[in-house]
Amino acid sequence: MTDIQLPAVAPGARILGLGAYRPRRRVTNDDLAQMMDTNDEWIQSRVGIAERRWASEDETLVEMAVAAGGKAIAASGLAPDQIDLVIVASASLRVPIPGIGPQVGHRLGIPRPGSFDLNAGCAGFCYALGVASDSIRAGSSRNALVVGVERLTDVTNLEDRTTAVIFADGAGAALVGASEEPGIGPAVWGSDGDQFNAIEIAAGSSTMTMAGQAVYRWATTKLTETLVAAMERAGVTPADIDVFAPHQANLRIVESMTKRLGFGEDVVVARDIVQSGNTSAASIPLALTALMESGEAKSGDLALVLGYGAGLTFAGQVLVLP
Amino acid sequence: MSREDIQTGLAEILEEVAGVTPADATPEKSFTDDLDVDSLSMVEIATAVEDKFGVAIPDDELANIKTVGDAISFIEKNQG
Repeated sequence: MTDIQLPAVAPGARILGLGAYRPRRRVTNDDLAQMMDTNDEWIQSRVGIAERRWASEDETLVEMAVAAGGKAIAASGLAPDQIDLVIVASASLRVPIPGIGPQVGHRLGIPRPGSFDLNAGCAGFCYALGVASDSIRAGSSRNALVVGVERLTDVTNLEDRTTAVIFADGAGAALVGASEEPGIGPAVWGSDGDQFNAIEIAAGSSTMTMAGQAVYRWATTKLTETLVAAMERAGVTPADIDVFAPHQANLRIVESMTKRLGFGEDVVVARDIVQSGNTSAASIPLALTALMESGEAKSGDLALVLGYGAGLTFAGQVLVLP
Repeated sequence: MSREDIQTGLAEILEEVAGVTPADATPEKSFTDDLDVDSLSMVEIATAVEDKFGVAIPDDELANIKTVGDAISFIEKNQG
C-alpha cells in the first residue's frame, strides 16, 4: 500500500490582520426606554451596556461579513488569491441552506476557497480561529479568513427586556496565516451539553431565550479553569498577558473573570460591551479591533481570549496581536 | 454552625457582593425589595455561600429564597 504523504507543516499560525464592521444605527439605553419598560440605570447596573448597534435592513449578515473580512484582508497585506479557507461563525443565520461562507469568499474575490459556517454560539469565533490555525499548521490551507457575524436583533424578542437590552449586531474578522513563531496557542475548548437549553431558540420559536442566572453562574464559576488552561497550554503565565478579551456577554462577567484571574491595572481588559452590547460570535474581534484602534492594545501584545455561550460551549486561546 | 454564625457569615458575603451594610442584613429583609440585590447578585451570593459554607444553592432553590432568613434556613438545613 502506498503511504499517504503529508505536507511539510508550518511551525505556527498567527493573526495577520483584524477587521470590524459596526452597523450604522446607534441605539442608546434612553432609546430602548422609549420602546420597552426599562431605563439606563437598570441596564447599566445589570449588564454594563450604554449603547449598542442595530443593523438596518441592508446591513445583512453577508454584507457585514464582507465589510469586516475585507478590512482584515487589507490589514494583512495579502491578496485575496492567497486565501484558501473561509470560515464564518454565526448563531443568527436565518436561512439554513446555503451557508454564507462561500458567498462571503466570492464577494471578497477569494478564488474557490474551502468554506463553511460554524455555529458554536457566542464561542464561534474562538472555535473558528482554532480550526483555522490547526488547518494551516496541518497543511490543509495556507491562509484563512475567519469571520464572526451576527444580527441578533433578528432573533430578539423586544417584549423580553432581559435579553432585548443585551443583544446587538456587528461583524469582526481575522486573517490567519502561517508563521515561524507561533502566534496562536492551542484552543482549549469544550462544552456542557447538560445545559443545552440555557440559551436557545426553541423549536417553533423565532426568538432567543436565555436562563440568565444559570448562564451567569456557569460563566463566573466554570470558565476560569479554561482561561488558566489556555495560558498553560500556550506556555505563558498570567504575568505575560497584555490584553484580556473575553466574549462581551455582560460587563459583570468580564469584571468577575478579571478578578478571578488576578489581572491588575497592567492588563488591558476589553470592555467593548459598553459601546457594542453582546454581539455573540462577533464580540471578540470587535473588541480587539476597538482596543487596537484606540491604541490601548498594540501589535505584538499577548492577548487571552475566551468565547462562551449557547450549547453551552466554550473555547479560549492565547494570541499575538497583529 | 448556629443561625447567628450563619447570619454573620452571610452578612459578610452581602457586604462583599452587594455593598449591604452588615447591620441591615437581618432575617426579615427581602433581598430584592429591601437590600436592592438583583438577580445576578443573588447568583454571586449563592457562589460565595458555597465557598464559605460548603452549601450549594441550585438555581431552582435560589428562586425560592426571598429573604435573608430564607437563606439562613437553607444553609442551616443543608450544612454538612
